[in-house]
Amino acid sequence: MAMFGDFSSKGGFIQNLPKIYGIYTGGFILFILLMALLERFGLSADTIGLLFVGFTIAIYALIGWLSRTMQLDAYYVAGRQVPPVFNGMATAADWMSGASFVAMAGGIYVGGHPYLAFVVGWTGGYVLVATLMAPYLRKFGCYTVPDFIGTRYGGNLARFCAVVVLVVASFTYVTAQINATGTIAARALLIPFEVGVWLGLAGILLCSMLGGMRAVTWTQVAQYIVLIIAYLVPIVWMSNKQGFGVIPHLVYGDAVQRIAELEQLHQVGVLKPAQAVAGMSALVVKHNAPADTFVANWRFVTLVACMMIGTASLPHILMRYFTTPSVRAARSSVAWSLFFIFLLYFSAPALATFTKLQILDPNLATSLIGKSVADVNAITWVQKWSSVGFVKVLDANGDGIVQINEFFIRADVVVLATPEIAGLPYVISGLVAAGGMAAAMSTADGLLLAIANALSHDLYYKMIDPKADTRRRLIVARVLLIAIGAAGALVASMRLTGILGAVAWAFCFAMSGLFFPLVLGVWWKRANRAGAIAGMVLGLATGTWYLYMVKWGGMKPWWGMDDLRFGMVGATVSLVAMVVVSLLTPAPDKETQDMVDEIRIPKGETYLGSTH
Amino acid sequence: MSTAVSDREVHWQRTRNLMIVHLVIWFIFSYVVHWFATDLNKFTFLDFPVGFYMAAQGSLAVFVIQLFVFSKQQEKIDRECGMAEDE
Repeated sequence: MAMFGDFSSKGGFIQNLPKIYGIYTGGFILFILLMALLERFGLSADTIGLLFVGFTIAIYALIGWLSRTMQLDAYYVAGRQVPPVFNGMATAADWMSGASFVAMAGGIYVGGHPYLAFVVGWTGGYVLVATLMAPYLRKFGCYTVPDFIGTRYGGNLARFCAVVVLVVASFTYVTAQINATGTIAARALLIPFEVGVWLGLAGILLCSMLGGMRAVTWTQVAQYIVLIIAYLVPIVWMSNKQGFGVIPHLVYGDAVQRIAELEQLHQVGVLKPAQAVAGMSALVVKHNAPADTFVANWRFVTLVACMMIGTASLPHILMRYFTTPSVRAARSSVAWSLFFIFLLYFSAPALATFTKLQILDPNLATSLIGKSVADVNAITWVQKWSSVGFVKVLDANGDGIVQINEFFIRADVVVLATPEIAGLPYVISGLVAAGGMAAAMSTADGLLLAIANALSHDLYYKMIDPKADTRRRLIVARVLLIAIGAAGALVASMRLTGILGAVAWAFCFAMSGLFFPLVLGVWWKRANRAGAIAGMVLGLATGTWYLYMVKWGGMKPWWGMDDLRFGMVGATVSLVAMVVVSLLTPAPDKETQDMVDEIRIPKGETYLGSTH
Repeated sequence: MSTAVSDREVHWQRTRNLMIVHLVIWFIFSYVVHWFATDLNKFTFLDFPVGFYMAAQGSLAVFVIQLFVFSKQQEKIDRECGMAEDE
């Protein structure tokens, strides 16, 4: 293990990856079994949660320390030797945030079919990544996304604009992730939220500071393994317990249809809550009620489009494909990434459906709706989650029976409380906490590194001090990493943003500023510097203006495009501005056009040297 | 040198066509099928209403399969045009 990511034994380390992570996975499963055993011997639930979260963070930190480096290409692109399957796992962890892990199934539970736009949008974006971007950026050989913009279009201004878009998008995203690590750390380790935020940040920095991209890569693989086990084990267990078999994904169609009958019975959508409860929702939307008006359909597809195009513009995702050994590996790695992401995303709707069935179906012992208020309030998990304000029963009409509009739940509970709702042992709850922590930490790691690398490489080295030596560059990179992490934690501890809002905004910022300059940089030789700058500046400015006007300025959204969809406006302006300005100004020089030809074919050396 | 240039042109032509084919498939499964979810729900697949199924699993599975196929197809184009990496 002491040679984690070590270059001197690089063949050995890379070839041994399956063995190393196999042992790691086995070790983690043994740890789960050990915890289950200790639970039998009376170890308290709090201690189990603490051990799960503490133990996994210690492992990530160990991997981060073992991957420390003072080499540029190890720090920025993990030495470009990460095999496609492992890069796929790392990308999946990088991608699936605390919000995906904790909030997605709950979102589907509350929102029904319209919420599935996130599931479709957050997977299909990878088709754009694979066909339009990843292989070409890999061939180009850059360290960061602004590095591509800066070299393709030339000039510091274009590079600077790309850095600005990257920072705006990624910083919006990272505060939500640090917030999530803080929330989970606070609950598992029994400390105040504000302390949890800084402790979470310390864990995140331990994974990334010493080894940069190399350390983040190998910890993200480890984090993926934890988070996918933690997501799938409760679903499989619960489904098996209810007689749906061990692969519930293929057989829950009956449950979807049964829910539709029960929704009739319980009058979902007919009975509205008598009063709103902050942060919690009663079921008022049917599980499977797709849009039936033009505007509702338009809202579905624009949300899908924003999430997809945003995916293909987010620098922390694109930069993962700079780490593969070849262009071919970059392409197959995108496919593997999506496969690993798919494992979680196609499970989320299943989980939402099972949970809903358990709560609605009067034939099941677990049901709540239609039972007496006293009985429901006596159920252990209801008591536990009510006490922290995540679940609430309000007998509005005073008949002593829980109706559909009288049971309120916070969406996050669907994942966090599943083990308890289904009566699984506490060890599973500890596992879920560790999984949520892994999801939030791995995404925060990738985002912080994307920001710090853009500032250290593009702003400091390329624009301020091009003569800086390797040592100085790597020290600057680390100082920036700590500073940005601290800024993120500070914002997170002020609790300014709700998790989902901030995540969707990050996608819209990224697509408003970066999508077309990146795509057209590869696919349209005529695109030039003036066009790219116009595209980035006007796209980001218009998107931000629209967000402000719709969210705070009291403007009526255009065709139902609310603040989660402002990227549609930004990206459209970006495209038009970029094409018009490019055509009004001279074509790029021959050297630039030859460069574009060069990155379009996999053959040959990367366009930029191995260290630049 | 002239053959090299025309090889490149053929390579880029085929690459672009492959991209367009995959983006058309992507467009259908990202937008078109979901636009008609209400109509598709009249049919069932594995006991699922099809409109729900496509959003919860169907489109996702298409994307995954599509990307593995895309990767193979593009490798073939690179190889046949002599543009593949030497490994």
